[in-house]
Amino acid sequence: MTVTPALELRHLSKTFSLPVRNGWRTTNVDHHAVMDVSLTLPRNAILGLVGESGSGKTTTGMMAMRLVEPSAGQILVDGTDITAMDHAALKPFRRKMQVVFQDSYSALDPMMTLGQIVAEPLHIHNVGSASDQADQALGWLQRVGLDRSYGNRYPHELSGGQRQRVAIARALILRPTVLVADEPTSALDVSVKAQIINLLLDLQAEMGLSILFISHDLSVVRSLTDKVAVMFNGRVVEHARTETIFTDARHPYTRSLLDAIPVLNPRLRRTRTFLSRADLASRSPRLAQRDLFAPGGPSAEPQLVAVADDHFVEAIVT
Amino acid sequence: MRLVDIENLSVSFAQHDGVVQAVRGLSLHVDAGESLGIVGESGSGKSVTCMAVLRLLREPPARIVAGRLSLAGTDMRKASKRELSQIRGRVAAMIFQDPMTAFDPVFTIGHQIIETIQAHRPASKAEARTEAELLLKRVEIKNPASVLDNYPHQLSGGMLQRAMIAMALSCRPQILFADEPTTALDVTIQAQILQLIKDLQSEFGMGLIMVTHDLGVIAETVDRVVVMYGGRVMEEGPVQDIFDAPAHPYTRALLLSMPGQIAGRRRLVEIKGASPNPANPPTGCPFHPRCDQADAKCSAEAPAFAAIGHARQAACWRLQ
Repeated sequence: MTVTPALELRHLSKTFSLPVRNGWRTTNVDHHAVMDVSLTLPRNAILGLVGESGSGKTTTGMMAMRLVEPSAGQILVDGTDITAMDHAALKPFRRKMQVVFQDSYSALDPMMTLGQIVAEPLHIHNVGSASDQADQALGWLQRVGLDRSYGNRYPHELSGGQRQRVAIARALILRPTVLVADEPTSALDVSVKAQIINLLLDLQAEMGLSILFISHDLSVVRSLTDKVAVMFNGRVVEHARTETIFTDARHPYTRSLLDAIPVLNPRLRRTRTFLSRADLASRSPRLAQRDLFAPGGPSAEPQLVAVADDHFVEAIVT
Repeated sequence: MRLVDIENLSVSFAQHDGVVQAVRGLSLHVDAGESLGIVGESGSGKSVTCMAVLRLLREPPARIVAGRLSLAGTDMRKASKRELSQIRGRVAAMIFQDPMTAFDPVFTIGHQIIETIQAHRPASKAEARTEAELLLKRVEIKNPASVLDNYPHQLSGGMLQRAMIAMALSCRPQILFADEPTTALDVTIQAQILQLIKDLQSEFGMGLIMVTHDLGVIAETVDRVVVMYGGRVMEEGPVQDIFDAPAHPYTRALLLSMPGQIAGRRRLVEIKGASPNPANPPTGCPFHPRCDQADAKCSAEAPAFAAIGHARQAACWRLQ
């Protein structure tokens, strides 16, 4: 018997209708932000979702949380389809899925104390008495490495790293199954980044959490995740175990992404060869057909094919 | 010739509730054609240092005190407004982190580059436009003539950063200050822009000061590094030596904490605590509260910046 994955996305797509000025007339053009994305987040695993700005990785993460409504496809949390659930039916599932955002400053209400911020999810879901909620919140502040005395402070008194700790405490206080972490370390200082990554790793192991880790920072992804899905222009183009992605990437886009990472050794400086979008297209005719703004959507329907055990790459006609 | 020569620079900002010390006793120099990296976290004073040399800080609230502060032989402390506008652009140019806010949104890219060229040398509008087109071509913009007529919002971040580099180069500066030029860009675009800056630096024989928080960018681009923390220089030396054998505990900890060096899911070596608050810096060495080798002396007195080997200096009691 197979274990139900913590989160499963099946053929998710999102189309935004954007106004485009054409002379004096404004027409709406469909923009396919995410197309046919299928991902499985197993229990107790960390899945990295990488790509550049505009690749659709954040939209995918927000759809998984039902914070953005998908245009097509299904979302399964703990094996239950939550795609069409109404607000009331969804509420118990919201407990199981929480999110940490990139900008901890705008994610925390400046008028609330840290104790109130961390206790709010318990309050919303009516868990325990008020004093119990406050006590749990202080316990969680301690657990993420802040003193209990921080409970009476306000977000503006904290550094970026401390605020991100509070955001993590708030996300985990309901003991969710799934955590979507959207670039949680990219606004942080270098010396604090490692602290937050370690905190996420420790809590993941303690709680058996499943994390969808969205990031453009491939170095962080390499240190943190079990598997990686690479997104490009709204689609997953390659999907494999983290080690495989970093040692045996097959898709030209994945390779160009890896090649762009600065190497921490001045001796290994090199002149890089850059793949332009046109180069990418010539290597993969299917990419060329993928004009996101084409009327009726892109014409090609690329498929992911298995090239090795647990290694999927978008079918490329070479 | 010393292009940039700074000795004992201190920059402070007067605030309603006290004084913030952004830079405390910094010395550095850059020779012609040389590239220097200034690496540090937010609040370490790296950007303020550059702004102070170019006299781009409003004084007051800023207060600049220095033993020496010169750009290509000109004493920047005494330079008149007229001299300053001669130096900015012609001797030194700067590119900023956010190209979107560095350009004026109501004028075309062409207008802004042409304006810069005409401000510094006598050229007709047509000549300046031809020059601008060549510059855009040199920074690898594919359709320079049409980009000249574009407004900033019509270009992507990477394209705008290229256009800003073109504008910075329009007066053939002897030294280029690049303040986090790739932080706002995607990783593939970052690699292209860094390559472009390196190519142009050697082609024009310019000096380069690359300001960044990213040790990877440093490793890829410069000859020599200055590591800043809490407004002070912690360590200075040739880039290869610093990466091979970091001497200062802060540099060492920073390099060890970098993610992605070993594959697989594993805890990283972290630096405990948080960066110092510039309004209320710790006594002694700014790194001592987070340093695992600190003792009473480190918290009592700041160590002097002293030679620790060939072309290398560090400020640490453990190394003296």
